[in-house]
Amino acid sequence: MIMQKSKPSPAALALCIVLTCASGPDTARASAPQLQDAAGNYGITGASRVHFSVAQVGGGGIVGDFGKFSGNFRIDGSNISRSSVEFTLYPESVETGESRVEDFLKSSAVFDSATYRTVTFRSTSVTQTGPDSAAIEGTLTARGKTRKERFSVKLTDWNSRSISFMIRGSIFRSPYGMDVGTPIYSNVVEFDMNIKGQKH
Amino acid sequence: MLRNSRSTFGWVTIVLHWMIAALILGLIALGFAMRRLSLDPALQFSLYQWHKSFGFTVLALAAFRAVWHLFERKPEATAGLSPLERHASATMHVALIVLTLAVPLAGWAVASTSTLNIPSFYFDWFVIPHLPMAKSEAAETVWTSTHAILAYMMLTLVLVHAMAAFYHHIIRRDEVLARMLTLRQRRRGEIEKASGAPLVAKRK
Repeated sequence: MIMQKSKPSPAALALCIVLTCASGPDTARASAPQLQDAAGNYGITGASRVHFSVAQVGGGGIVGDFGKFSGNFRIDGSNISRSSVEFTLYPESVETGESRVEDFLKSSAVFDSATYRTVTFRSTSVTQTGPDSAAIEGTLTARGKTRKERFSVKLTDWNSRSISFMIRGSIFRSPYGMDVGTPIYSNVVEFDMNIKGQKH
Repeated sequence: MLRNSRSTFGWVTIVLHWMIAALILGLIALGFAMRRLSLDPALQFSLYQWHKSFGFTVLALAAFRAVWHLFERKPEATAGLSPLERHASATMHVALIVLTLAVPLAGWAVASTSTLNIPSFYFDWFVIPHLPMAKSEAAETVWTSTHAILAYMMLTLVLVHAMAAFYHHIIRRDEVLARMLTLRQRRRGEIEKASGAPLVAKRK
């Protein structure tokens, strides 16, 4: 299927052989979309979904989405590890279905969105972990604090114009001065994002 | 002397009385403080959780207090009290015991019906489940008002109860307040009259 959409570069093909094609080129290539073939520069579109959850004692927890965000990424077809991403989200746009929870998250107790308008992520390294997956390390800045964080990325859909990923990451909130509510609420925020990119 | 005797309160009654008294006064102060809108949100969140944990503590103590009141013998009323005073004080004690149960139960209903669905994590130790009540903003509002009104009623009764105790202690100079403070016996004459035994307890 992917073969029909575009012709992979020789370099990408070489990487594919090294990384994934040990079991036979045809089956491996047909099984999943592959990162190399998706090389290009992309802008993150509004159709993306930035979902998060924070577990609470006794089950359940706070789940929500960030409605406003922006970002770009570049997939280097010849060398995936040279790919990069920068992402900005606006905590003011947090949605949980309960306005008091949203107000609390925006307040000085958590994001302090009046003072710190954005949360940013800039990749520092990308490591391919499978034919359609990678681990991205980078610096996450929230509430004036910057730390190294790691997200796992899985390519879920792709065509010549657009691409989408499932991105997951578990972020400890206490290092960012957001440990309010622990231990009732977990210190770990689980991000579960569906990021869609449109080719520039 | 854990149990009540014919003329005195035992330590169980006395300790329960003062623990519950201190806790409910603290909880009312905390309740006022945490409702202030200008409060730092993180501090406000913590104050609510402390209020819930101490409130559940009162509920447990009050439940024990109620059972104790029902089954433990009550010392005879202090001598010199009129039948009306005896009746009024007994009614007041029952009303206070009922309110020390009703106020935290209404508070539990607030936590249970709130759409915030914040778990009650007793002193970060174990989760106290919500009551099986439907969550809605309307129910939360009703129970919040109920909780507050019952608390104000209790505060009023506590003040009347305390004023009555001071009245007895300062104006009437009887044993009403003193016997909830210590295990001391009634006055010398009364004891000798009542039992014929030699006096063992000393007045200060």
